[in-house]
Amino acid sequence: MPGAEFGAEVRQHDSTGVIDLHGEINLGADHALLAAYESAVRDDPRTVVLNFAHVDYIDSTGIALIVGLLARARKEHRTVRAFGLSEHYRQIFAITRLSDFMGIYPDEDSAVTATAAAS
Amino acid sequence: MTTIPSNLRRVLRREPRVRPTTEPVAAPSERVEAPPVEIAPNDPLVAYFSGATGAVDISTLQLDSPALEGLREAGIRLVVPLVSQGELIGLLNLGPRRSEQEYSADDRKLLNDLAGHAAPAVRVAQLVREQEAEVRQRERIEQELRVAQLIQQQFLPHELPDLPGWQVGAYYGPAREVGGDFYDFIQLPDDQVGIVVGDVTDKGVPAALVMATTHSILRAEAPRLIAPSDVLTRVNELLVDEMPAHMFVTCLYAVLNPATGRLRYANAGHNVPYVSTEAGVTELRATGMPLGLLPGMEYEEKEATMAPGEIVLLHSDGLAEAHNPEREMFGFPRVAALTGEASDGEVLIDRLLKELQEFTGPGLEQEDDITLVTLGRRSAAGDGGSGAGRELAAFEVASEPGNERLAIDQVTKAVAGLELAGPRLERLKTAVGEATMNAIEHGNHNRPELPVEIRVVADDTDLKVRITDQGGERPIPEVETPDLEAKLAGLQTPRGWGLFLIQEMVDELRTAVDEHHHTIELVMHLKEAPDARS
Repeated sequence: MPGAEFGAEVRQHDSTGVIDLHGEINLGADHALLAAYESAVRDDPRTVVLNFAHVDYIDSTGIALIVGLLARARKEHRTVRAFGLSEHYRQIFAITRLSDFMGIYPDEDSAVTATAAAS
Repeated sequence: MTTIPSNLRRVLRREPRVRPTTEPVAAPSERVEAPPVEIAPNDPLVAYFSGATGAVDISTLQLDSPALEGLREAGIRLVVPLVSQGELIGLLNLGPRRSEQEYSADDRKLLNDLAGHAAPAVRVAQLVREQEAEVRQRERIEQELRVAQLIQQQFLPHELPDLPGWQVGAYYGPAREVGGDFYDFIQLPDDQVGIVVGDVTDKGVPAALVMATTHSILRAEAPRLIAPSDVLTRVNELLVDEMPAHMFVTCLYAVLNPATGRLRYANAGHNVPYVSTEAGVTELRATGMPLGLLPGMEYEEKEATMAPGEIVLLHSDGLAEAHNPEREMFGFPRVAALTGEASDGEVLIDRLLKELQEFTGPGLEQEDDITLVTLGRRSAAGDGGSGAGRELAAFEVASEPGNERLAIDQVTKAVAGLELAGPRLERLKTAVGEATMNAIEHGNHNRPELPVEIRVVADDTDLKVRITDQGGERPIPEVETPDLEAKLAGLQTPRGWGLFLIQEMVDELRTAVDEHHHTIELVMHLKEAPDARS
């Protein structure tokens, strides 16, 4: 099966949980993405930032995972922001209207700063 | 129980009060008019009179009957039922005798004899009157039909447009009771042509008048607004105020650029047009409410590019919804299948009508108007030979999850030589991935032995990627825009993005289904069409 396997690491940037995603986001990324989210919210941050800079492919099942993650974060009253999306996936986030519910930023600093300003 | 209360009422209203027959007939000035008495169909008096054998003295009658009360109040003493062939058709009502004596047995016998002779004569008179009324009614309907037909014909095109490189066909077959179908071709700026097929609910003159109004509004607005969605939005706004209650108009409006084959269309609840393509029959779907129902409606606009050799069929429901004597419907799948087999628009019209005739059998009256319009782009023998295009790749992948990436890689290699800029190539890759994934999962049910067949073809204007699976028994669902709010609120599954993404990624999405296969055709335009979107 071609394509890089999905992985996700969590770190703190100021008081924000940042999830560095890499590889391919599809149905197979389900458990790893959920585990990363749970690790990122362990200290109950107001905001979670997703780093898409090293994601090379997102399919419709991957979109569904992101929708699921966003639904959960909204239920927990957390804000989700994203950066590092390629032009193509920015467009897909606009078409699917994910970007109406998730701030899209060009880089990590602006995502985290915006987060700090908002919280 | 007799069923002739209307006859009864008529007799009661018109019969003068009959004098006792023992008296000489008085001069007209001495006649006393009895006021009419209404007898309800369920009044027990009707049943009583129906079964009576002769003159009935109503003063001694014991019945809980409003009509009986009415007769008594009108001064009636004796009633002689008029019965013809076992059916109560009227009453002879008599007041008291002038001599103030009771009616004798002789009087009654005379009256019964009179009733026996009068009843058939009255019945004949009634039948003649009914027949005359029927004839007048029929004449009125025939006259109305002639008017409706006249209006209808006035607004149908007298000739078909002459479009270089295209074959245009049209057929209009009115039902006896004209049904309100119409079609039209409207000349638009820049050599574009507007094509209308519509159907007014209801029949006869009201439908014909609404059709005439719709036709006129379309003719006025189409050349000004051009874009099919704008035209239908405007026509709807103007029609809403004019439309009689319970009537509306379904209408498909398309704008064709004959030079490029670009066909833009919007649909106000009319039948979906079918296109005969190399990959099979496809549908031109666009959503919208019928015209004249509600204000503020918006109409989805879609577009397709008709390739040489392709034929589009616009059709009213008089064809697909025709029934045979067993009440089975001719059916949309049959219309679609026949369109898929067509290689000539006019031949297609003839074939559809012939098949319909064989289906309904001889002598069955046509239920509704039938309107058929075909637009066929002629095969490009002389236009540079691009024809069906050149094949860039043809391959298969096994139906295993993840193999969509193989398909993406192969298609990417195949189109390397084309002018498909970065972002558009990315869109194509996403569409190919999603379509292949659907074919693996939904069409072939993840069975590795079933192949997904992929063919990449290009001509001068378009790149087409055809992805075929082996799941023909199940139709490809319609594309719906996912409801993100509902998904985020947990009211819907987060999934269900595939088909929507495909449609948003490509310039055109076509689907075809036959008995064994689904085919999704992804079309990317290689050049911007000269008639940029308005």
